[in-house]
Amino acid sequence: MIAYLPHTDEDIEAMLDVIGVARIDQLFADIPQELILKDPLEIPTGLPEHEVYRRMKSLAGSNQVQNVSFLGCGSYDHIIPAVVSHILSRSEFYTSYTPYQAEMSQGFLQAIFEFQTMICELTGLEVANASLYDGHTAASEAAVLSLNSVRRSDTLLYSSTLHPFTRQVLRTHFSNLPVHLEEIPSLNGTTDLEVLSARLRPGVAGVILQSPNYLGYVEDLSGLAEKLHDNGSLLILSTNPLSLGVLKPAGEWGADIGIGDTQPLGLPSYFGGPSVGYITATGKLLRKMPGRIAGQSRDQEGKRAFLLTLQAREQHIKRERATSNICSNQALAALATTVYLATLGRQGIREIADQNTQKAHYLYGRLVKETPAKPLFDRPFFNEFPIMLPNKAADVLPRMEEKGFFAGVDLHRLDPTIPNGALAIAVTEKRTCGEMEAFVEALKEVLR
Amino acid sequence: MEIPKDLKYAKTHEWVRVEGDVAYIGISDYAQEELGDIVYVEMPSPDDSYEKGEEVATVESVKAASAIYTPVAGTVKEINPDLEGTPELINQKPYEAFIFAIRFSEAAGSAELKELLDAEAYEKQVEQEKDSH
Repeated sequence: MIAYLPHTDEDIEAMLDVIGVARIDQLFADIPQELILKDPLEIPTGLPEHEVYRRMKSLAGSNQVQNVSFLGCGSYDHIIPAVVSHILSRSEFYTSYTPYQAEMSQGFLQAIFEFQTMICELTGLEVANASLYDGHTAASEAAVLSLNSVRRSDTLLYSSTLHPFTRQVLRTHFSNLPVHLEEIPSLNGTTDLEVLSARLRPGVAGVILQSPNYLGYVEDLSGLAEKLHDNGSLLILSTNPLSLGVLKPAGEWGADIGIGDTQPLGLPSYFGGPSVGYITATGKLLRKMPGRIAGQSRDQEGKRAFLLTLQAREQHIKRERATSNICSNQALAALATTVYLATLGRQGIREIADQNTQKAHYLYGRLVKETPAKPLFDRPFFNEFPIMLPNKAADVLPRMEEKGFFAGVDLHRLDPTIPNGALAIAVTEKRTCGEMEAFVEALKEVLR
Repeated sequence: MEIPKDLKYAKTHEWVRVEGDVAYIGISDYAQEELGDIVYVEMPSPDDSYEKGEEVATVESVKAASAIYTPVAGTVKEINPDLEGTPELINQKPYEAFIFAIRFSEAAGSAELKELLDAEAYEKQVEQEKDSH
């Protein structure tokens, strides 16, 4: 196999000569001998192009692409208009990285600026950044933002109804930092607000809640922001952005920071990623926002121009005092969300959110009425809901798969505190009446 | 470069003007020149209390962000409201544009303010820093 190195032996020799080193391996002299690989990597030799195609095709053939998906819990099967992949396939977009040079990157900077604007409009908050890795890392960035904004704070409260992955990422992020993380228990499917109120005390930087929460239930946030603000703490609200077509956004709840994952807006589930995290906040927090921010300005000739702005927050300027070490974004995936939102517009998002709500409630009604499955709790939800099966989900799911359905997410597998048999079912605008009909029949048969 | 005789200075380039039990704090002519065009000052909240040496404000220029420390423990008595809209005042009149004022206790004042440099000593420090550039 050819080693894809761009330099010739002469190039390498010339460079070594300049820095006064005889051989390349002398550059690695500081690495202990026992850590250095002595033999070549054990990887198979190359294959001819057509054999690679054959192998990849056969691997791809084992995907179950025909199954009808009711999977959710953070990643959903939505309709994605063709225009999204069309724009994404333009090489001007897919070959460029985070735009460091404003003068070179006007197109992408404008796309990022529009992404930020749309996220602000959706969430009802004032500032957004160019995106983060995913909704889970957005939660840890929001946590850092709150700790940096509330003086003498060292504690962060979060609800146990946050997605289990979000909770894992939070625990990992703060595992070696002098920060106390406290999990607030839930009561009948939503955050136990009495316990939450009792835990408020000086030193609490912020509280992270998710609504709809990972079970699908909508949290009641009435009066919560005021209560937190009286304690000097910030409200961080994680939200499926599509739900904002029908539900009250973070800004209207009085939240200080809004976070979430834009996978439902124009991104397929892939194999769990890449996705896009969004973070948005009140104008007061602008100077402590993590990551890149695209701004709109004027060039020398007075024409509209775009640039990366407010960089004094970032680590290449603020060094060790920077409030975040995020210096990248999910540019291409965020572009998918931008194109998706621009294609749908205000009315379209409302319609899709409405369809999600109606279809999910229709299926819920039928399942509860016609099958032995019971609701886990009786709570308002958006486009996903948990049901209790009479058997273990792990027994039911493979049989539903044989019948052509990804029937839902086994909640017990995600979170062992949830009883075995709990299944989270998501219903998007993509599901047809016929599919839902067949799903009910299939589940009846499997549970018989 | 101006270093007024009637002010005290911190090694971290803040100037301090003491009026009774209040210390007015800004940054020196040398500091503003090193920072370049100042575009934003992040202010503390009035009545918040700080220990000596704690970061109270941040001055952002086009090329750097710099922490402003208080040389004396106390509570924030006031901040300079003019700097919100016109942070460039720090570049234009560094010794008029105070950033914040700290009300300190008698004990803190007598011990901590003594550690500050006078104009002559501060000038020496600045010369040394310039040489080491």
